[in-house]
Amino acid sequence: MKIVIVGCGKIGKTILASLLAEGHDIVAVDTDPDVISEISNIYDSMCVCGSGTDYDTLAEAGAEKADLVVTCTKSDELNMLSCFIAGKMGAQHTIARIRNPEYNAQSLSFLRQHLALSTSFNPDLIAAQELFNVLKLPSADKIEYFSRRSFEMIELRVREDSPFCGVRLSDLRRKYPAKFLICAVQRGGEVTIPGGDFQLQADDHIEVTAARSEIQKLMRAMGILQKQARSVMILGASRIGYYLARMLLASGTEVKLIDIDHERCQQMSELLPGAVVICGDGTHQELLLEEGMRSMDAFCALTGIDEQNILISFYASSQGVPKVITKVNQTKLTGIADKLGLDTLISSRTVSSNVLTRYARALQNSMGSNVETLYRLMDGKAEALEFRVEADFPALGVPLKEMKLKRGILVSGISRGRHALIPSGNDVIQAGDRVVVLAAGTRIDKLSDILQ
Amino acid sequence: MNRRMVFKTVGTMLMAEAALLLLPTAVALIYREGCVVYLLASALIALAAGWALWRFCKPTSDLIYAREGFVTVALTWLALSAVGALPFFLSREIPSYVDAFFETVSGFTTTGASILTDVEAMSRGLQFWRSFTHWVGGMGILVFVIALVPGANDRSMHILRAEMPGPVVGKLLPRARDTASILYKIYVGMTLLEIALLLAGGMPLFESVVHAFGTAGTGGFGVKADSIASYSPYLQWVITVFMFLFGVNFNLYYLLLARRFKAALQSSEFWYYLGIVLVSVALISANILPLCKNLADAVRLSAFQVSSIMTTTGYATTDFNLWPEFSKGILLLLMMIGACAGSTGGGLKVSRAVMLMKTIGREIRHLLHPRSVNAVRFEGKPVDGATLKGVSSYFAIYMVCTVTVYMLLTLDGFDLETNLSATFACFNNIGPGLAAVGPTANYFAYNPLSKVVLSLAMLLGRLEIFPLLLTLSPATWMKR
Repeated sequence: MKIVIVGCGKIGKTILASLLAEGHDIVAVDTDPDVISEISNIYDSMCVCGSGTDYDTLAEAGAEKADLVVTCTKSDELNMLSCFIAGKMGAQHTIARIRNPEYNAQSLSFLRQHLALSTSFNPDLIAAQELFNVLKLPSADKIEYFSRRSFEMIELRVREDSPFCGVRLSDLRRKYPAKFLICAVQRGGEVTIPGGDFQLQADDHIEVTAARSEIQKLMRAMGILQKQARSVMILGASRIGYYLARMLLASGTEVKLIDIDHERCQQMSELLPGAVVICGDGTHQELLLEEGMRSMDAFCALTGIDEQNILISFYASSQGVPKVITKVNQTKLTGIADKLGLDTLISSRTVSSNVLTRYARALQNSMGSNVETLYRLMDGKAEALEFRVEADFPALGVPLKEMKLKRGILVSGISRGRHALIPSGNDVIQAGDRVVVLAAGTRIDKLSDILQ
Repeated sequence: MNRRMVFKTVGTMLMAEAALLLLPTAVALIYREGCVVYLLASALIALAAGWALWRFCKPTSDLIYAREGFVTVALTWLALSAVGALPFFLSREIPSYVDAFFETVSGFTTTGASILTDVEAMSRGLQFWRSFTHWVGGMGILVFVIALVPGANDRSMHILRAEMPGPVVGKLLPRARDTASILYKIYVGMTLLEIALLLAGGMPLFESVVHAFGTAGTGGFGVKADSIASYSPYLQWVITVFMFLFGVNFNLYYLLLARRFKAALQSSEFWYYLGIVLVSVALISANILPLCKNLADAVRLSAFQVSSIMTTTGYATTDFNLWPEFSKGILLLLMMIGACAGSTGGGLKVSRAVMLMKTIGREIRHLLHPRSVNAVRFEGKPVDGATLKGVSSYFAIYMVCTVTVYMLLTLDGFDLETNLSATFACFNNIGPGLAAVGPTANYFAYNPLSKVVLSLAMLLGRLEIFPLLLTLSPATWMKR
């Protein structure tokens, strides 16, 4: 597809990189010549220097023939206007980044309709939503939902004291009554789909699929303390912090919000009547202890400075906070923080590029693929995709163990009617099912791609 | 510096050259000539050397940056010329290797300067190879390979940019590979059109093909001792027009193909280019009128020569050495300006010359009104400071190189006009100069040192100085 990306800041660049890797033709537009020359050096995309609200610039970028225009400049209003112009010029789909909380759901839907936007996305809100999901199930590092939430795919880290350590997967299934499937293992940067002989080690990251009701059983079996976070301390009243606090408060969780800026704190206390808002320097350990960090269920470091977030998170872990979440925006720091032992890292850049990738794949839907849901797992090295099975799927009714699948493909969940099924070798795929497929190292666009 | 990746790419290019050498081999086979053995041997040597480099340089990463792009391009061109010279040398049709190297560099860089005293005596296969190097070198061999080979990575733009001439190299399409392939499609299309038109005018097939190659690459190798002079006026006009067309920025043709006529017409570089050509033709026609039979004759001669020199092709229909000093002066000036950026021509490029003039205008305005702020505009847009600075420093280094080459040539004992025009003609990739290296003479008389210097000058000119200069600088090769 031909995609125009207007505004190539941090988020724009991440989106550009991931869409380019998907094989799309990208035209990048930015007002800053330095940014443009940097992009033309690193990425194989066409670059146009100019404003995204300028008709001529958009014409030069070929917006009239674009399949998708994504705008992510600093200003929400510029983004909307630019999408509006591109849409009127003939772009098929337009997506604007709109992140000011003043645009609430109602006004957004009004704007989307009247400006003919295909959709809008708010990276901070998406990130906050993901954080919220994790806090609901604190032992997981990440959670993804499929098929109207009948399935969950959770990412866990195997700890040294876990009973899973050193056990062969085939034994694991016999040992534990819960129905689950370990569908991918990341060890030292390598992602593999494990067979029955595979043995887990400490520090492996694993992706587990299970029906929703089975997750609790599995957690108990693994000996992981399973408690929804009831009290959360959030450091940094950034937009993510605000959204998260709002969601948590709505679900009845206690929230303590710390920020250094007095005005911001004032604003927060007006917007979030239920939260305890503290004005102070969160890097002072004394302050954190005084505010009862040790008794919190979870701690989220969401300030604008990655390094600060990482350091404070280590401190929180050392003080025995059960769940620590760290916001890290720079990709290179993500690797370091992960190596040093921080479990749950979040970055609004990757989250929003995932959303965009999903959207672009869904667009290709109409061009021959029928992906219903797509999640990128393990730093994008694996993907989980959900398909609805059409009647023309060539291997209907064939038991999974007899199906000739490509390397790096695993059928990790089938939902049939209201039942969620963790497939074994004898299960079959029927028309009308929804199938969750995990793909590592190969790209699939439609369900029949899984067959050799 | 990712040396392995550089050498691996050079290896790939040598293998591509082996494939290209098969074409003249086929020609030699058709004419049943003895040089077929030597062409085939050269192809095998290229293949072996390329395969060895490709096989034994295992890069740990395929990341390349601007400097790897520059060095890759410079080394590729050196290697291609060194291997491309082998057929001439092995077959003993050019007995000295330095001469053969000079001839090949002159071919690849689309200069067209020759050391051959008798072109017509050369076998058809080698004549074809000589002209084919023009065609390959015109658009660039790395561009060619990028267009053909799938899986070029994100960084291929560095190579494209280092090989394509001009102050700013942009893309026509989002992918480097698509850009390269559309450029080559236009190039092939125009070459075929010219061959057809030449055939229609009664030129034999072999000569049509060879001359079309020479025109397309703006090279200038022919198969006759008197270049184009003995052909009919119709054929001369066809070549005049096509030389002019190949000197135009290829982006313009893309815009025409994409039916963006308005954008194409707005290209100010094209209008400057056309203007310079028309004014020069008018001035020279008036100047040489007394020497010619009639006005039509004068216009035809001056148009051909102006088009040939301006686009840095180097064909000739007359011995312009005998022209009045004023006309020769204009030609010398045109040598420096050269063709448009993004064309197959060489020289300083029209866009650079225009920007330089505009910068001078800005400086004068600035002296008159010290507080004034003036933006330089080109192609309807303000030019950013980095590009202007790049143009100025390119001009400075261009002059330094010209002077250096000239000084080295003076060791050889020719007169000032010969040396100066030889420097201009080689450095700007034109071919024939004035006086002792004029259109009817050749470079044979220079000693081997001068020939090597001139070969390097041709490469410097074609690759726009920096790639070769960077490659020769020790700092580039240091570990840090």
